[in-house]
Amino acid sequence: MISPIIWMIIGMGVATYVPRMIPLVVLQKIQFPPFIQGVLKNVPYAILGALIFPGIFFIQDEIWFGIVGAIIAFLLSYIGANVIIVVIGTISILSIVSYLT
Amino acid sequence: MEATLSKGLFNQFKQGVLGGISIAIGYLPIAITYGLIARSTGLSLTETVLMSVIVYAGASQYIALDMIGKQIGMMEIVFTTFIVNIRHLLMSASLNEKVEKDSGLKRAIYSFGITDETFSVASVQKSMLTTGYMFGLTFIAYFSWVLFSAVGYIVGANLPTVFQDGMSVALYAMFIGLLVPSLKGNMKVLFLAGTAAIFNSVFTLCQVLSTGWSIVVSTLISAILVELVSWMKGGHLHD
Repeated sequence: MISPIIWMIIGMGVATYVPRMIPLVVLQKIQFPPFIQGVLKNVPYAILGALIFPGIFFIQDEIWFGIVGAIIAFLLSYIGANVIIVVIGTISILSIVSYLT
Repeated sequence: MEATLSKGLFNQFKQGVLGGISIAIGYLPIAITYGLIARSTGLSLTETVLMSVIVYAGASQYIALDMIGKQIGMMEIVFTTFIVNIRHLLMSASLNEKVEKDSGLKRAIYSFGITDETFSVASVQKSMLTTGYMFGLTFIAYFSWVLFSAVGYIVGANLPTVFQDGMSVALYAMFIGLLVPSLKGNMKVLFLAGTAAIFNSVFTLCQVLSTGWSIVVSTLISAILVELVSWMKGGHLHD
């Protein structure tokens, strides 16, 4: 006997998987015009902007928490730190700052 | 010959796993929190882990828990999941321009692992992406998500809050860490990220669009607008 929750999970799984899979499988043989290719190559950088803002301001009730986190992460990556170091470094420094205040 | 081929594949897989370590770390607090909330919503351990195994999408799993708690209908939850994840269409189409050609089956398998995070890590790489790399990258991220969902369900409530607070920044730190190196000395990248950030902030803060649609619409506006401008200037600023 499969519970209703399990059916819902399966439905959610299909709803998530189909948009992930279709373009990678279907578009493989299609050569887009240069302008569309350009737009698709722009997507990663645009989406990173949208994923960071405004979300980072709301990770905690207090807005400064996200702002300080963003500044630390920016500085660490600006001086050339590897992504893993940026993640661990930002978590550590922010935890210390938050613990001290 | 065969030995070198499989060694190459293993190396690509390894590169992908290494590339995904920052994601695995970033998923830890979010998956733990998910497991914790799932438990308080009344899901069983099996249901909690199964949702991470089958759905594998952080935001929609959180939303689903919230909607289950509010006794909202299951069809509505499934439909909301679809809307929230519609941006994966865009990511998958963009990734299609960057990964090596391979059988539809292999692509169908690793496409399951496309998330905001795996997409971001993959697409800022300078070189063409191999299938082995994609499998390694998506495997380590998926493994972390599923494992820590279960850990969160079992031990989540006992974690100190300082740890949870500090960890909440993890994925954002990763996104910034991925964006900044490309940003250096590249005005186009700066305009792309900035334009999308501004539109997304306006759309969500003024509640014009839901978060799921807002990310899609602001990304498209920015990607098209910046491409138009660079075409009008006559220069291909890509490489």
